[in-house]
Amino acid sequence: MSLNIIVLAKQVPDTRNVGKDAMKEDGTINRAALPAIFNPEDLNALEQALRLKDANPGSTVTLLTMGLPRAAEIIREAIFRGADAGIVLTDRALGGADTLATSYSLAQAVKKFGNYDIILGGRQAIDGDTAQVGPQIAEKLGIPQVTYAEEILDLSNGTVTVKRRLESGVETVKAPLPCVVTVNGSAAECRPRNAKRLMRYKRAVSPSEKAKLSEEQQAYVDAHPYLQLQEWGAAYVDADPEQIGLAGSPTKVKAIENVVFTAKESRRMDNNDEQIEDLVKELIANHTIG
Amino acid sequence: MADNNNLIVYCEFDEGKIADVSLELLTKGRQLATELGVKLEAVVIGDKLEGVEQQLFPYGVDTVYKVEDKRLFPYTSNPHAAVLINLFKEIKPQICLMGATCIGRDLGPRVSSCLHSGLTADCTSLEIGDHKDPKTGKEYQNLLYQIRPAFGGNIVATIVNPDCRPQMATVREGVMKKEVFDPNHKGEVINLDPKKYVSDADFVVEIIDRHIEKSKVNIKNSPIIVCGGYGVGSKENFALLQELADTLGGEVGATRAAVDAGWADHDRQIGQTGVTVRPKLYIACGVSGQIQHIAGMQDSSIIISVNNDPNAPINTIADYVITGDLVDVLPKLIKYYKKNSK
Repeated sequence: MSLNIIVLAKQVPDTRNVGKDAMKEDGTINRAALPAIFNPEDLNALEQALRLKDANPGSTVTLLTMGLPRAAEIIREAIFRGADAGIVLTDRALGGADTLATSYSLAQAVKKFGNYDIILGGRQAIDGDTAQVGPQIAEKLGIPQVTYAEEILDLSNGTVTVKRRLESGVETVKAPLPCVVTVNGSAAECRPRNAKRLMRYKRAVSPSEKAKLSEEQQAYVDAHPYLQLQEWGAAYVDADPEQIGLAGSPTKVKAIENVVFTAKESRRMDNNDEQIEDLVKELIANHTIG
Repeated sequence: MADNNNLIVYCEFDEGKIADVSLELLTKGRQLATELGVKLEAVVIGDKLEGVEQQLFPYGVDTVYKVEDKRLFPYTSNPHAAVLINLFKEIKPQICLMGATCIGRDLGPRVSSCLHSGLTADCTSLEIGDHKDPKTGKEYQNLLYQIRPAFGGNIVATIVNPDCRPQMATVREGVMKKEVFDPNHKGEVINLDPKKYVSDADFVVEIIDRHIEKSKVNIKNSPIIVCGGYGVGSKENFALLQELADTLGGEVGATRAAVDAGWADHDRQIGQTGVTVRPKLYIACGVSGQIQHIAGMQDSSIIISVNNDPNAPINTIADYVITGDLVDVLPKLIKYYKKNSK
């Protein structure tokens, strides 16, 4: 049985390298100022999708991402690792979206995409850690969700069997297709880039990337349809302007504060035997330890 | 615009007990409801709910909604979401709180999507306050301030949902304190007919197998915690932390960066997206002190920071700062403890 698999992925700021210009004055994220990476758990989801493709020849894996035009970078990365195609949902009108406006926009894109059997995505993205977009897309599409997935054990006869990793243990559930499955970081790591695919697809570009190329390079892309990544806007996916971007977001950022901790009067010491022994004696004397 | 509608807490129930995180939220919910002058309500969905209200009333709950059906336990997404969606359409709560657990984080988004209400994940503080929309100038009174660290840890964001109800927030276990409001407090019980709130078609996902594993580590209740950050540098150095923890009778914790680096298991992570702890003694080793981490340990009684960097942010909240390499300092702590503890 061949499957149409959608993988939801996000290009995220590398939160370990956040600089001072990371936030705009309106409290939203200034994504352009940050190094961007493939959200780690979305790679775990991609691996589960590629395994389904391996087990079901003729299947296709399509990456769907919403973000800035440069998010085409993660589509190329996914294609190097084995995905077949990708779509960047990008539009100024989508900017400043909270999770609800984001999931609405992505659900619209999924509807535009049409025929799908299963949607996979990471459990959560490292920039917000909300884990909300997967379940919200499932709700908007009117299909079931399976969150915290660690492994897809079986997909047959219109159902998928999934092992879930929860704080209280492990659960195995069976859900009807189509459904949304969000994948944990504890799932299998994503396979690396394939050298042949890298050679074949390294010049794949989205329309906005193509526009910046020389005429000669553009002609090359035009002559090779497999190098053409798709870019969709809000109007193309029939998104209601009232439900997208900042306007479509019920949550508003009221304030952003740099936190200053009330400094205690710390007792400072060096790596000095006498001082450390005194400290230990003091902690024993006041019954903190011992 | 006064909002007289009530505040409701979705309570998790398993093995005859209401989850701690739900009782913590009821404690916070009682304060907020009193401040707003509204009722505190609780909803429990599951099986064998007889007498469950007795666990809830002492926390100041005025109304307990019970929805009982064999098929509603163990938890699955669609049926519990259907109950909340239909109940909320009827009683229109102004605020809904849930634990940021595997259940709350699965359920909350589904409910908020259907009701188009805003949902803020992993709040570290909840307050009531006013708000003026900067663009329209429209003023709102008594909104729920949903406060959480955001984005790399340099900032704390206050989120509001001005126009949509309920205002929804999830909070992790241990963030709020659990305190009995009044052991003799009594409220009302409302038994809801499950057939009116959930349809057979909602039971689409089947649980084939369930293995409950009690977490092996219990850092939440440990009186002494030795916590390692990215500055620990390696898995080998983490063994030193374990040795100190074993010597003192404590547990090892870790920051997110150390967990991401693979030096410690995820269930040892302390901070906003991990566990919140309040031990007697907290020894931070190679921990820089990002807000998300500090949010999970700042109420520790005594904090010792061991760090190469004399200007590490965590040092500002530490009671004792030892400037030095933990590879040298920790063995000395072990040595002098053994020498003096007899």
